[in-house]
Amino acid sequence: MKTRPNYLAGLGAFIWFIIVAGPLYVMLQATFETQVGYGKSGALGFPSTFTFDNYINAFTVGFGRYFVNTLIVTVSVVLLVVLLVLPLSYAVVRNQGRSTTFVFRLFLLGLAIPAQVVIVPIFYLISLAGLYDTLIGIILPTAAFALPICTLILSGSMRDITPELYDAMAMDGATSIRTFFGLVLPLSKGGISTIVVFSALQAWNGFLFPLILTQSASTRVITLGLFNFQTQFGINIPGLLAAVVMSMIPILLVYLFARRALVQGLMGMGGK
Amino acid sequence: MTTLATDKRNRRHPGGSSMIRPGFVWAVPAAIFFGLFAIVPLVLVAVLSFTSWSGIGSPQFNGLQNWVNLVHDPVMIQSLWLSVLLTVLGVVTQTPLSVLLGVWAAGHQRNRAILSAIYFVPLLLSSAAIAVLWRGLLDPNFGIPSQYPWLFGNGNLFGSQRGAIAVLVFVGAWQFTPFHTLIYQGGARSIPPVLYQAAQVDGAGMVRTFFSITVPQLRNSMITSIILMIVGGLTAFDTVLILTAGGPGTSTTISAFYMYQQAFLSFNFGKASAIGLVLAVVATAISLVVVRATGYDKMRSTQEGV
Repeated sequence: MKTRPNYLAGLGAFIWFIIVAGPLYVMLQATFETQVGYGKSGALGFPSTFTFDNYINAFTVGFGRYFVNTLIVTVSVVLLVVLLVLPLSYAVVRNQGRSTTFVFRLFLLGLAIPAQVVIVPIFYLISLAGLYDTLIGIILPTAAFALPICTLILSGSMRDITPELYDAMAMDGATSIRTFFGLVLPLSKGGISTIVVFSALQAWNGFLFPLILTQSASTRVITLGLFNFQTQFGINIPGLLAAVVMSMIPILLVYLFARRALVQGLMGMGGK
Repeated sequence: MTTLATDKRNRRHPGGSSMIRPGFVWAVPAAIFFGLFAIVPLVLVAVLSFTSWSGIGSPQFNGLQNWVNLVHDPVMIQSLWLSVLLTVLGVVTQTPLSVLLGVWAAGHQRNRAILSAIYFVPLLLSSAAIAVLWRGLLDPNFGIPSQYPWLFGNGNLFGSQRGAIAVLVFVGAWQFTPFHTLIYQGGARSIPPVLYQAAQVDGAGMVRTFFSITVPQLRNSMITSIILMIVGGLTAFDTVLILTAGGPGTSTTISAFYMYQQAFLSFNFGKASAIGLVLAVVATAISLVVVRATGYDKMRSTQEGV
């Protein structure tokens, strides 16, 4: 089909670009200003000062520690999710028995359970298990709530393996374990990288579970650090924004290198 | 698309062949884990709603006390209306925006790839980071509004209910439009080009094509997107917590935030569970109604007759 240039759509796209990128630019600019300078030149004015102090300051109020905590949580969540979702998706795709179908249905139901409505029982269970104010306490529920979407994504990508390949494996007398390692695993690389990136993003950005399940600075993750920073030093806007920028840097790096996997993960989440 | 392909494949192999299939045992670890942290809590939230618990010791059954309190609590009633209001405002602002952007992003314009890469950025950020960012940019004393009194009056958007709601709706749109854009982009990409060719042959203009072909073809994407908006809008409270803390007063205290407040600030966990259960039931009921009303559960393909 021949397309004419659509100036109206172009203009709309440009306006939305300003709305999205504008605030990000204003934020970045503010982080290099001193607090006094920011007060004088204002949010949208041309910066009058230049400093790295805001970033250094963020580290001195504990963001280094929060970074490490967040990293531990993220890596553990990703490992847990991959280890649980891989065999489950294999079973969902290849074993169409009643119990597996029931489990899959349960997971689909889980897609509809917003984590927020169960924060009280989660808090109760984690306290009961003696895991309150520990990183494990954050890791377990975060991983559990990433499972449904990851299962949906991975089983979707495993469905694309043609039955002929399974037939060939079976003909060779392969057991289900050998089929898994010899066929399913190598052919699901795309799906696996998608769920890795997706669950990492969930864990890195998670706010709800850390909010209700931790309290001390030694177990604080970065999102909670931002919230805390805001309630404590809310008036220091450049400092606050520097902390926000620091929390974003790792994700933006991942975005640069794994954009495709990320976009696919997010599309799988809503596109089905 | 995947579903269609799978259906065809299954038909070719009715019931599957006699090959070795993985046993149920492959599904067990994930099932146990998920059951423990998602299904058990869902049952527990109902049980806890009939108890009184302050977070220390063990919960004590107190019958219908929490529910009676809840029904007579004016803040709770108000919070339900606020939840509905904010959700509806979210749907009506984000849906048109994301349909237009999604359809645009599915096309082949110049600079499209770069622009959509940037549109996507808010989706990567935590809601905490986004809320803190906007709280900073809209600060009553040092933020953008304080510099433009002709537009924002006294500059304190958080000081009135109207202003606070406007901020929440705007930040919600900024944060979530990229995600819904992605859904519509995927939907728009899978519209068969033959439909557009037919429309062109019939001499339909751009606007006509958009409303007669693109929008109806996006029905499934629209249902998915709107359900996610409704469930999210009713249950998410992190943005409210950071931006307005439910204020001024209780004028942006939506039910989900009220639940958080009752549990973790007032240590009234029983009542908070009751609110949680109400939210779960309302969100599920609305989703089911939307699904049934639109025939989405029958997975009717938008490509019938193509």
